[in-house]
Amino acid sequence: MCLAIPGKVIKIFDEGGLKMGHIDYSGTVNKACLEYVPEIKEGQYTLVHAGFALSILDEGEAQKSLETWAEMEDIIQMDEPEESPRKPFQS
Amino acid sequence: MKYLDEFRDPVLAKKILAQIKAAVTRPWVIMEICGGQTHSIIRNGIDQVLPPEIELVHGPGCPVCVTPLEIIDKAIAIASRPEVIFTSFGDMLRVPGSEKDLFMVKSEGGDVRTVYSPLEAVTIARENPDKEVVFFAVGFETTAPGNAMAIHQAHEEGITNFSELVSHVLVPPAMEALLSAPQNRVQAYLAAGHVCTIMGWKEYEPIAEKYKVPIVPTGFEPLDILEGILLAVRQLEAGRYEVENQYVRSVRREGNRSAQDLIQEVYEVAPRKWRGIGEIPQSGMRIRKKYAAYDAERKFSVGDIHTAEPELCISGTILQGLKKPPECPAFGKECTPMTPLGATMVSGEGACAAYFKYQRLEV
Ligand code: SF4
Repeated sequence: MCLAIPGKVIKIFDEGGLKMGHIDYSGTVNKACLEYVPEIKEGQYTLVHAGFALSILDEGEAQKSLETWAEMEDIIQMDEPEESPRKPFQS
Repeated sequence: MKYLDEFRDPVLAKKILAQIKAAVTRPWVIMEICGGQTHSIIRNGIDQVLPPEIELVHGPGCPVCVTPLEIIDKAIAIASRPEVIFTSFGDMLRVPGSEKDLFMVKSEGGDVRTVYSPLEAVTIARENPDKEVVFFAVGFETTAPGNAMAIHQAHEEGITNFSELVSHVLVPPAMEALLSAPQNRVQAYLAAGHVCTIMGWKEYEPIAEKYKVPIVPTGFEPLDILEGILLAVRQLEAGRYEVENQYVRSVRREGNRSAQDLIQEVYEVAPRKWRGIGEIPQSGMRIRKKYAAYDAERKFSVGDIHTAEPELCISGTILQGLKKPPECPAFGKECTPMTPLGATMVSGEGACAAYFKYQRLEV
């Protein structure tokens, strides 16, 4: 139930006194309430849960995480378990 | 998709996994709190590629699963009334009450509607002034800001035919209850990243200190979960017990202050029953007196419905990380997602449903 999906704010508008936005999730556009991210700007990414934007995603921090992982050394060779019902890490 | 695909990269996953293997020397039990994380772990087979020393146990972090039977029965009683339009997130409709579920109420002619946002329920109330519109406000801290906003907005607009049946639960008291139980096995937590997005992690600092457990607010994608495990294992191996944020792109120590403020305005902390676990003090939220007119339990006087939980289902022990779904004799036999006996099989985030969907039929 706590699923929240990242999307890009493409338009900000007012609806009934609430700050709302159109959010683009890779082509699917949906409406969300932006009252809890008052400083968000068009073009920024947010996490949306049940019609509400919860946070502004920090592009710099995301990049840093990815770089840290990329720099990690592959110390041990992984053996894929043969009997695994699904291949790990394929969605 | 940006912010998803990069965090599922199998090459990076193997690198983090190699770090975990290099760090671990002893057996450790780590609990992921959130059902969304459980789902991601089982779906991606993360538990199967971890070194054998690391056991992941699945936590109580599925609000659908922990909503007590008596609240479901109250929802059914309210939804069955002719003047009511009952609105809910879709995943609550199939949760079995003691006699039926909300879907059956709908098929018997009740006006039960699925909404995507609680604000939609307020819109339905605005458009149907001759009806009573009730929203089933279930969830953790992640969902509370939206549900609080619905009441606030109805209040602002002077809408009087809107109310909420509230069964909100709070995560930190449940984490503490599990740690202080005599049969506790959990040595470190992956905390729920979206709960922490709202609440921050200040509340976790005294828990980490008191019970000497590392607590790592963690995201939901495979790389997030692997890094969360890595941070937890490194702390465990070094004898440290700190709150260490993995989900840095979304979680800040303070959390989302404006969301916290509105939650505080509309709800107050109260004791709450957790399905399968029992009552945990100060582990839930109820509507404040100021907004009592929006409290469906008062409006429809269902406060005296009390239901005992059936003995059959062992979901309580599963929600506490003591057992895994295949250890339940009914798992995959009498109990499947089509014929769920317990809430952990109904909700897509429930551990039983995740094990069934990905055919994990053995422990
Ligand atoms: S398999 Fe079904 S009966 Fe067994 S614990 Fe899970 S939900 Fe309950």
